[in-house]
Amino acid sequence: MAAGSGRNPPPFPDSEDQDARDGDSDDGEDIFTGNNKPILTTSALKQSTPDERELFSEEGSCTAVQSSDKGPLDLKQSDPKANGVDSDEEQDLFSEATVELSLDSDSREGNQVTRSCFSEPSMARLPNTTRKSMEEMKEEESGDKFELNIAVTNPEKMGDGMNAYMTYKVSTQTSLPMFRSRTFSVRRRFSDFLGLYEKLSAKHTLHGYIVPPPPEKSVVGMTKVKVGKEDLSSAAFVERRRAALERYLQRVVSHPSLIQDPNVREFLEKDELPRAVNTQALSGSGFLKMINKASDAVNKMSIKMNEADNWFENKLQEVENEEQQLRKLHAVVDSLVNHRKELCGSTAFFAKSVAMLGSSEDNTALSRALSQLAEVEDKMEQLHQEQACSDFFIFAELLADYVRLLGAVRNCFEQRMKTWQKWQDAQITLQRKRETEAKLLWASKPDKLQQAKDEISEWEAKVTQYEREFERISVTVRKEVHRFEKEKARDFKQSIIKYLECLLRSQQRVVKCWEAFLPEAKAIS
Amino acid sequence: MDSNEGSSLNLSASSIRITDVTQDGDTLTFAITSQKLGSSDGVCVFRTFEDFDWLHQNLCGQEDVPGLQGIIFPPLPAKPTPSQTHAQSKAVKQLGFLAMGNNWKIYCQALELYLQQVAAHTTLNKNKALDNFLTNAESPGKQRMRKGIFNRLSQAVEEMRKENHRDVDEFFQNKRDRNANLTALYKGTTERFLEVVLAKQRLAVDCGHFSTSLYLCVSQDDPAAVAFSKICLKLSEIFETVKNNFEIVADNDLSTLGLGLDLETRYQEAEKEMLFRRTCRLVELESASRSTEKAKPNRRAAMEEVKKAAEKEFDLVSSVAKEEIQRFHGSRVGVLRSFLIGWCEKQLSTAKQSSALFSQHLEACRELSED
Repeated sequence: MAAGSGRNPPPFPDSEDQDARDGDSDDGEDIFTGNNKPILTTSALKQSTPDERELFSEEGSCTAVQSSDKGPLDLKQSDPKANGVDSDEEQDLFSEATVELSLDSDSREGNQVTRSCFSEPSMARLPNTTRKSMEEMKEEESGDKFELNIAVTNPEKMGDGMNAYMTYKVSTQTSLPMFRSRTFSVRRRFSDFLGLYEKLSAKHTLHGYIVPPPPEKSVVGMTKVKVGKEDLSSAAFVERRRAALERYLQRVVSHPSLIQDPNVREFLEKDELPRAVNTQALSGSGFLKMINKASDAVNKMSIKMNEADNWFENKLQEVENEEQQLRKLHAVVDSLVNHRKELCGSTAFFAKSVAMLGSSEDNTALSRALSQLAEVEDKMEQLHQEQACSDFFIFAELLADYVRLLGAVRNCFEQRMKTWQKWQDAQITLQRKRETEAKLLWASKPDKLQQAKDEISEWEAKVTQYEREFERISVTVRKEVHRFEKEKARDFKQSIIKYLECLLRSQQRVVKCWEAFLPEAKAIS
Repeated sequence: MDSNEGSSLNLSASSIRITDVTQDGDTLTFAITSQKLGSSDGVCVFRTFEDFDWLHQNLCGQEDVPGLQGIIFPPLPAKPTPSQTHAQSKAVKQLGFLAMGNNWKIYCQALELYLQQVAAHTTLNKNKALDNFLTNAESPGKQRMRKGIFNRLSQAVEEMRKENHRDVDEFFQNKRDRNANLTALYKGTTERFLEVVLAKQRLAVDCGHFSTSLYLCVSQDDPAAVAFSKICLKLSEIFETVKNNFEIVADNDLSTLGLGLDLETRYQEAEKEMLFRRTCRLVELESASRSTEKAKPNRRAAMEEVKKAAEKEFDLVSSVAKEEIQRFHGSRVGVLRSFLIGWCEKQLSTAKQSSALFSQHLEACRELSED
């Protein structure tokens, strides 16, 4: 078993023998070939066996952060579109948050989305459930609802120099009748995603919907990519962004109201989108600043609402607390990821030392054992590396996403408060108009009286309308929060399972390493 | 292996154990037990590091042993530096692996090995100081030996140039070269392994933080929030397991391979010192020869005497050295082997246990009710 058999995480074996193949590397076969995974640039399609194309699996998200200095990559994947799998072919679908929608109810209100899972399309086998890099997910058994799966893949750099930009392939597979076909894909750039957010936010935030925030902008990251550094950090950046865009879209389409928005449909289907402008304000920190400013402004207005029930106040408090907690957790996970990377470095360094010892020792058996030990440690390093990816993509990004999502949730509450304020203000105006009318009656100025009466009816209507709006938004916010919490619990649970599966696999490979080494150690004489 | 013929030592070398260590201020006191040969009677004494130093000086400074300088002395670990302020990192810098582990556990093992090695050495175990050290209820106290010629400080800078002095004997030149190479390699490997172990310990701490922070995320107010709380708790448990795994793995590393590499490094250095002493005798011999040749006739006889004495000494040292080298190289492979096997077995067992635990967690997670 050469240690230099490539730095790829184990590929995904054919699903028939998934259980049998325990991710071990000592079957004698070189398990790093055959299932190619693009390492540096894309997390795109695996070049698996032709029958098993998966577009919608979690793709090689973690591979980007691996070092590539250990010899040639198995896939000469500097070319991001090399996978050559046509998205329109029949594929196993597999996405992170597959969504099920029932289209019979009204889009806006009272749309209970049942969160069961989706049937796989008729494909017989489970697509690489267990072996996917770090983010595998098991597809649960389904109901008989419609489904929609989204994947973001194939980052490609277009243009040159500082005008360069990345485009991503957005592929959809769906059985929803509102789309023109069942499988289709388009290419989008980052500003398109931001543009989508802006449109959705403009339309839906007012009504109290939680509109998922887009991934953050990053000037530094993007500049490196533009400048054309084909190095690890820009590859890692692209991979991170690709994964974030995918999660973003999956959250959007899993929202029962948002999916109905024609902008979403257009985003997924239309070949060419008009270039989105005004996306400056939507950098991650910009977004948060906007939310924070809004909430500060609201607080300063000290809107003291007369709440019929305390649910809203308590819930808002909970949301704020949770946001703080998640921030803390994120910081801890960050530290974990960094320390794990340090462990990788130390392990590699140690392995080199041991290898040198092995070649310096006279005693053949000892020399051999030491060389084997160097290889074991190399494998350990690889496992640590994968685990670091796992930590990062499964937890760090999840926590970061939710910190921003909670910001969006807070925004909803604020919208509700604004709506209430609008209603209150209208009542006050109405009151004033009535007073005016009374004054006019007393002063008996009949011509102005009619105008006053008109204004009164206008404002009475407004008061009624705003009151209804307030009631509606209250109902919506409540529903949204429920839906959000269920989704959050589900998201976290799935992440934990993914993480544990990865951990377990990793641990099992550790066991195999030691089992292989023991006879070598015993053979020393 | 106990070779006690002619030895004044009545104890079995392999039975020597350090059973306890207590700390009083800056001083550590070790409890040493050993068994009398051929009986089940045991002896227990209490010694401090000063006592160990006294023993070592005695061994190195014996005057009646021919070719003493050719002996590879079992290496005594450096002085332990317990500190009230728990400045562990300073101790780790000075002592490496020996400073790690709970309650000086690794250090005690190193001392134990030292005593066993001395007691098993056919020449050294004849020294009465060893018997005194192991059996006398009273500690050797503050008896100060004259500083042995092997005081490391005495191999001062001006003698360093002798290290590269070309040898007359191919066998020894070869040994010196290999030893220089191996000593450096083992030292480097030990240091790098220490870094690996420290990194694992840091990760354990991080996992602990994550676990604790998750535990604090729990809130019971809302039915929907309860589901999330359960998940946080589960994750907290998982990371507690991950933390424990790291701690045990690091501990396994320390107590087997870490100790083994440290020992091998120090033993290689002891061999290096022996070879250096022999080289110094060679230098003396060659300089005595030159003086003899250049001497005026009236002084020649006297110089001859000096030269003959130097030659005799050198030959003795060389022959003892040869034996010692064979002995050392024979035994060290076995020692490394047993450390490697011990390490591998422990890690394998830990990995299997962790695997089982993670598997249980996975099952439990899958069953978490989805509300």
